Amino acid sequence: MADLVYRVNMSNLSFKIEEVPAQWLGLGGRALTSTIVAKEVDPECHPLGPNNKLVFAPGLLSGTSASNSGRNSCGAKSPLTGGIKESNVGGTSAGIMSKLGVKALIIEGAPKNENVFYQLHVTKNHIEFIEVPELVGLDNYAVLEAMAAKYDKKVAVMTIGRVGEMRMNLANISVKDPGGKLRSHGRGGLGAVMGSKQIKCITVDAESYKEVTIADPEKFKEASKVFTKALQENPISGEGLPAFGTNVLVNILNEAGGLPTRNFRAGNWEFAENICGETMAENIKARGGKTTHGCHAGCVIQCSQVYNDKDGNYLTSGFEYETIWALGANFGIQDLDLIAKIDALMDDLGIDSIEASVTLGLAVDAGILAYGDGEKAYELLSKDLPNGTPMGRIIGSGTHILGKIYGLVRVPTVKGQGIPAYEPRAVKGQGITYATSTMGADHTSGYAVATNILNSGGYVDPLKKEGQVELARNLQIATAAVDSTGMCIFVAFPALDDPKCLPALVDMINARFGCSLSIDDVVNLGKTILKTEHEFNIKAGLNSADDRLPEFMKYEILPPHNVVWDFTGEEIDAFWNF
Amino acid sequence: MHVFVKLFAQYREGRFKTEERTYKEGICAQEIIEELELEKVSPLGVLMVNSRHEKPSYTLQEGDIIALFPKVGGG
Repeated sequence: MADLVYRVNMSNLSFKIEEVPAQWLGLGGRALTSTIVAKEVDPECHPLGPNNKLVFAPGLLSGTSASNSGRNSCGAKSPLTGGIKESNVGGTSAGIMSKLGVKALIIEGAPKNENVFYQLHVTKNHIEFIEVPELVGLDNYAVLEAMAAKYDKKVAVMTIGRVGEMRMNLANISVKDPGGKLRSHGRGGLGAVMGSKQIKCITVDAESYKEVTIADPEKFKEASKVFTKALQENPISGEGLPAFGTNVLVNILNEAGGLPTRNFRAGNWEFAENICGETMAENIKARGGKTTHGCHAGCVIQCSQVYNDKDGNYLTSGFEYETIWALGANFGIQDLDLIAKIDALMDDLGIDSIEASVTLGLAVDAGILAYGDGEKAYELLSKDLPNGTPMGRIIGSGTHILGKIYGLVRVPTVKGQGIPAYEPRAVKGQGITYATSTMGADHTSGYAVATNILNSGGYVDPLKKEGQVELARNLQIATAAVDSTGMCIFVAFPALDDPKCLPALVDMINARFGCSLSIDDVVNLGKTILKTEHEFNIKAGLNSADDRLPEFMKYEILPPHNVVWDFTGEEIDAFWNF
Repeated sequence: MHVFVKLFAQYREGRFKTEERTYKEGICAQEIIEELELEKVSPLGVLMVNSRHEKPSYTLQEGDIIALFPKVGGG
């Protein structure tokens, strides 16, 4: 049976089930959310007003048995960047939506009565609007509990906490994972957009779905085997990531002088060993917990983990390098357990752990709290932020606005979004991605760290300018395509180094839909997505002057390599020559 | 001559994190990798000397800090 588009109008609490227009048939994930946002949203609209739309779309392979295909994309105009946003997530929502035949869920309008919050319950060919006064003022885990009590335990849940209800830039949309914990559409303030539609949570029925249809099941099975094998045999996706998680990067970035420290004042940190992946893995081994854990069904990489405290009690999961870096080297907490406690708090509150933690790093310069004062950070995040005190709202606005309020110059943002985890001056290819990404400073949108630092997909010297623009361009094009398949971005590691991986991925798409795409077609899809997003941003008022890193990086010399950001505007703008 | 050797990820198991070691003049990085039998654990991913990427053929100098990583990734 054909997939359908579910369209919700919050202005009059109505819905329509529509056939998929022909030009959307071959699209999924980011390709579909960005196409819909670009076509249907006025780029000049207020991101929190009735004319913005919130779009969810599972990837092309989501819901199938393909390994690592469980990513769901969410798109809108971002209140943080003022441009287009796509943020994808693991969890159970992509698989369940696909199996129910939901190609995309488009949410438009906004209720007239600003005091009411709703739950949307999506079932086969139907959407129910339920007023949920009892959930207002609750955070994510309480919402998950309430939904688990109400429906089948497998029901998919997408939810916002109090910070999202208050429409703050830090707010994410949190999604239930297979273990009943949370994953996030993290960046860009999408939780604020959901809050502006007055939607507290969206649930998707997991009882009446059917398996997705596969046009050529034999061919699919064959390609899927090759693909899974490529993931399992690659030393990064098959060995390094399961053993140490993404946090293995602390030491390698520290060693390379690319670990932003003390709000981007240096490229290495004397306490890196306290918070690194090796220390984390030792703690997990000593305390119980799990080094391997998948964020979605069908994940064979298992980079996530369950991290316990000294007494063996659960502290957090999905404990990622970028969060640990931001609270560690950048904000100064040396105690990995305290970082874990704050990570879990951020999950429950439903805030972007990167933006929130980069904001804390800048808050030190603002004099709000001392470098490394994790207890005070916990208090700000647990009390001020979700209660909406003036200080909570300042923090909740994100790095860029905090910088403006306090008159600061060393503000690490691009297009208003906080720079994550990789120092652009010392990892220059990543700097080009941060400058040019349609998403603002987003490490996942073109992960040049792979080739600058990790020797994946070849090697381009991180401290030199040569080859960086081309590298960032190729990676951003490939990533836009991968983000459309529903695949986890970590399939990029085998795809960069194993010639069997990418053809198998394309074969699976062909077998699923009975089409005959070539690798070139998929690359062209990536190009089209980037251009569509770029065009939206230009119409929204973001131009080449916004494709720039913060100015301080041009004149503040970064130790230990003593480097500055030395690309001219013209050199950066050449990124768009394709 | 003295060289500081740093090991990471799986390479640490049964070995060490950081050690100051003594080698003959003119030794190259590859010889240290072989001496420590690192590639029996996992193929070499990244080799840095004094925070710069180098090749296994790099000839070490007095006081160099050599960092050895298996293939690792994240993001």
